[in-house]
Amino acid sequence: MTLTELPIGKDARVIAVNGEGRVTRRLLEMGVIPGVSVQKIKMAPFGDPVEIRVRGYSLAMRRTESDAIEVSV
Amino acid sequence: MSDNEQNSHLTIALAGNPNAGKTTLFNSLTGLKQKVANYPGVTVERKEGAWTLDGKTVNLIDLPGLYSLDVTSLDEQIASDIIRGDQAGVPKPDAIIAVVDATNLERNLYLVTQMFEFGVPVVIALTMIDVFEKQGHEIDIEMLATQLKTPVVAVNAKSGRGTQGLAEQVAGVIGTTPEIPYEYRQEDPNSGPHGKIFARYNFIANVVQESVWHSDHQSHRITDKIDRVLTHKFFGLVILVAILLLVFQTIFSWASLPMDLLEKGFGAVGDFIKAEMPPGMLTDLLVDGIIAGVGGVVVFLPQILLLFLFISLLEDSGYMARAAFLLDKLMSRVGLHGKAFLPLISSFACAIPGIMATRTIESRRDRFATIMIAPFMSCSARLPVYTLMIGAFFGGKYVLGFVSVGALLMLVMYSIGIIVAIIVAAILKRTLLKAPPPPFLMELPPYRLPNLRTVLQNMITRAWLFLKRAGTVILAISIILWALMYFPRSSQKPETSSQNVTAAVPGAVATGEVPAEESQLPESEQLKNSFAGKLGHAIEPVIKPLGFDWKIGVALIASFAAREVLVSTLSIIYNVGKEENEESETLISAVRDAKTDDGKPAWTPLTALTLMVFFVLAMQCVSTIAVVRRETNSWSWPLFMTGYMTALAYIAALITYQGGKALGFE
Repeated sequence: MTLTELPIGKDARVIAVNGEGRVTRRLLEMGVIPGVSVQKIKMAPFGDPVEIRVRGYSLAMRRTESDAIEVSV
Repeated sequence: MSDNEQNSHLTIALAGNPNAGKTTLFNSLTGLKQKVANYPGVTVERKEGAWTLDGKTVNLIDLPGLYSLDVTSLDEQIASDIIRGDQAGVPKPDAIIAVVDATNLERNLYLVTQMFEFGVPVVIALTMIDVFEKQGHEIDIEMLATQLKTPVVAVNAKSGRGTQGLAEQVAGVIGTTPEIPYEYRQEDPNSGPHGKIFARYNFIANVVQESVWHSDHQSHRITDKIDRVLTHKFFGLVILVAILLLVFQTIFSWASLPMDLLEKGFGAVGDFIKAEMPPGMLTDLLVDGIIAGVGGVVVFLPQILLLFLFISLLEDSGYMARAAFLLDKLMSRVGLHGKAFLPLISSFACAIPGIMATRTIESRRDRFATIMIAPFMSCSARLPVYTLMIGAFFGGKYVLGFVSVGALLMLVMYSIGIIVAIIVAAILKRTLLKAPPPPFLMELPPYRLPNLRTVLQNMITRAWLFLKRAGTVILAISIILWALMYFPRSSQKPETSSQNVTAAVPGAVATGEVPAEESQLPESEQLKNSFAGKLGHAIEPVIKPLGFDWKIGVALIASFAAREVLVSTLSIIYNVGKEENEESETLISAVRDAKTDDGKPAWTPLTALTLMVFFVLAMQCVSTIAVVRRETNSWSWPLFMTGYMTALAYIAALITYQGGKALGFE
């Protein structure tokens, strides 16, 4: 499933970060690479963006970004 | 100047992730010996300071906060150019101090692994160790240094602990070549386009495993507890609105006393010069041109200082990122970034700090779209104009028995600005600034107590940039405006001019509120024949459809320097006297009683409303134009902005006046 579909509060492991361009690269550089574990913390009031915990810090991203991240629980 | 002397100057670059404590360390190392400018051709801020290293003074360059040196943004471009020695005007650094946040080690070390590849020696300044250890973790600094094959120094920027050791290590590495501590072979066919990123993070994972001991019990971080309230779906928004209200209430109420004092101070200086210097052109230039013009802008300094106090507090505490997180969805509907909200809100005080605050938006197009609409927020310089118009024509009136018409009109004016801004932003993002939605990846840093020194330093820097502009651009404009009103000198014959003045302000004289002082009489006659007066007459055909006569035209032209100039110009024109402020009963009655050249009332409630609508939308602020010029690094953006805003203002004012007349209003 994608990170967007991961329920709030759940831990998961990143399987793949799809896509090619700048966004993908930036996601990888921020430490969201295959194998890393992530936790979905919360959603903003209007359902977007979403906050995740990765490598010990909090990262906010929009749905377009979290759609591209494949995870497994 | 010998070449040897130049070469003996060492350059050290300070680099690190945002929120790693880089600014605090920079301030701690350089103290007040720093300067802020822009890199040529771009809007990335260039911060430099003097640091004493081994008894010698070296130049410390503060690079922009970065997550990566693989160029994807302007900040990264500049930073990697500097480290390579490709940035014009900046010598290649002799060493890099990499600021690394111990509580966020993995991602912070990512940037460090990139630095090794530039061939410049690196010293790691490890910050936030106290916080890290308080969370129950332990870090072996020596092991970290061994693994990274580069010196690591624990520093506490606030207390200054470790900075001596940092200086020693930096002095020690100069002239050496760093070893790249991890292996990566570009030609590996399995690595894919991002193989290097994976290799770096794999290396980092090993380093961290060897040198850091994480505590098992997951201490609930204070940040999480605070965030449970501050980014709560409902309460988060309520608190955000409350914080903003508090900030703006405070800016307006706290700033009013020092602003009054500054205003009185400039008035007193003007009076003193008038009294002490012989009357003549030089005195007039000093008092009416320079002191009135520059003073009129400098009085906003308290507001600027307070606004940046709050911006710094919100930014340094980590709240700003939360606010952007809460509002991003709303802002993205218009095509803007969540971070655009603060610059826009700030623009209600003044568009200048607002536009300066857009620097936190990474995407150039998002940033420019925000800059282009910031001046639509009704700034404090419009307040005197609104106050005068409402006081003169709508004061003491109520609808439904208790809602004051004045307050309602004020609300309408603010709303018009906001609505037009939203529409313009939406149009710009679909046309001129069209771009795929930029990546929204924003770190939510842990909450921290703001560092007083960083906050003060930021306020001082902003205030200085503001004053420098007041001393240059605004000074020049003030002199030009003054000259336009002062020349050509008309022959001063009180007998003939007194008739004109009486005709111009009969009501004021009749009610006896305005003592018609003999010395002031030539003033309005002079104005009529001045270049400004001629300009007013020249534009009369254009502004007549808006219900404005040539005298309003003069004030309107003058107000393109700064909006509040309208009030002072009107008071000169109606000859009430230059000392009157906008709340003056006499100016209000002079405006009410003013007649056009053919004897009709110059102002009606409808004219006043039209003028207010014009002021909501028009780009009448030389300082804003100057700031937009600086921030966009081009003349086309500020000119485009002035053009489209003023065109919009004219059309809206035309609709207001002609529509009002068609509906039977006066």
